[in-house]
Amino acid sequence: MELLAFGDTGWGDELFRATLMTIAVSVTAMLIGFSFAAIFTPLKLSKFKSLNLIANIYTTVIRGVPELLVIYLFFFGGSGAIMFVASMFGYNDYIEINAFVTGSFAIGIISGAYSTEVFRGAIQSIDKGQFEAAKVLGFNKFKQFYKIILPQMLRLAIPNLSNVWQITLKDTSLISVTGLVEIMRQSYIAAGSTRDPLFFYSFAAVLYLLLTFLSMKLINKLEVKYSRGY
Amino acid sequence: MDFELMINSFPKLLNAAVVTLKLLSVSLIVGLFIGLLFAILRLNKNVFINKFAYVYSYIFRGTPLLVQIFIIYFGLGQIESIRYSFLWVILKEPYWCAIIAFALNTGAYTSEILRSAFQTIKPGIVEAGRSLGISSKVIFYKIQIPIAIRQSLPAYGNEIILMMKGTSLASTVTLMDLTGVAKYIISTTFKPIEVFIVAGGIYLFMTFIIHNVIKFLEKKYSFN
Repeated sequence: MELLAFGDTGWGDELFRATLMTIAVSVTAMLIGFSFAAIFTPLKLSKFKSLNLIANIYTTVIRGVPELLVIYLFFFGGSGAIMFVASMFGYNDYIEINAFVTGSFAIGIISGAYSTEVFRGAIQSIDKGQFEAAKVLGFNKFKQFYKIILPQMLRLAIPNLSNVWQITLKDTSLISVTGLVEIMRQSYIAAGSTRDPLFFYSFAAVLYLLLTFLSMKLINKLEVKYSRGY
Repeated sequence: MDFELMINSFPKLLNAAVVTLKLLSVSLIVGLFIGLLFAILRLNKNVFINKFAYVYSYIFRGTPLLVQIFIIYFGLGQIESIRYSFLWVILKEPYWCAIIAFALNTGAYTSEILRSAFQTIKPGIVEAGRSLGISSKVIFYKIQIPIAIRQSLPAYGNEIILMMKGTSLASTVTLMDLTGVAKYIISTTFKPIEVFIVAGGIYLFMTFIIHNVIKFLEKKYSFN
């Protein structure tokens, strides 16, 4: 238990901060994922074949390639890509992006591919009559989506989004390879300096279990909220 | 674009893909047995037995695969009784540690898939077998298992693809699988995009094959 003490003698406070970091990366990645989904879901549902193709390439490639490979691409290629863009604007100095940004972006793109599929499925399973009714009532496009489609879509999407959240949360452990100090990285450091890997990795497992357990409780509440009236 | 690098790294990555496939197939086979065992335990009426199976699958599905590999590879070697037992012959090899972690992980997911497949079998089918005087053992092996396999094929296909991606974590315990070699080439040449295209392409090709094999099996074993 001494190993988990707060302060200089133990790893308690470090692991606590690392847990907060894991939560921060997961939430950021999830939000980045939602913004990707907001772009690619309409493309998937579009009437134009070429737009469908773009969205399909995105979801197929990301879901068919290991997360770790995507993270390596961003880790090694991220600053290069940014520098390339910057050089087009005449900025030629070295740019380094920090591990948090690379990590949440890499995980965000992965999470976005899963979210896109979830939103597509949810919108497609809304009854056609709802779209027609919205049109008949003379709502404009924005109102149609915001007032009628979105609430119904959320109800259908939440159970699957909770799976995406779990995947995202667990994927953040892979960012430890880029040196960002989240749960996994902190346990690695602690295990190295105390020579007690069994304890620290098991503790990391407990932390992840706690995070998944608590977030499931929270999501269940949301689920109840959005299925009022059903 | 450095096409020369892409062409040169292709055979190396292809060789590494063989390692990936080996890891995948061995852990899937072992995982299938673990999954079947735990699915049967889950359906047991004894509360302790099915709770045990539930906790197993909850833990392995609730924690990242990376943690599981690290506990097995770095953690278990710390226990002296293991270091001096016959188990050490296996556990000191990163290859077997990775396979144990993958098999336990995919076993947990497979047990959930099989459990829900068993639960969706209509009771009438089992009753029909019973009224024909077939013993419950034969009902299980000849009726329930084939139906459960058919039911679980789509979900199991997804699990195979997820596991194929999961094998990339073997590179974190020094194994040179497809991702491991890709990372090595990236870090020596600093050409991440080219290597990603080739390695990613190989992964996608494997995903494509698995996807179609499962689709074929689904068609073959469908009832109508």
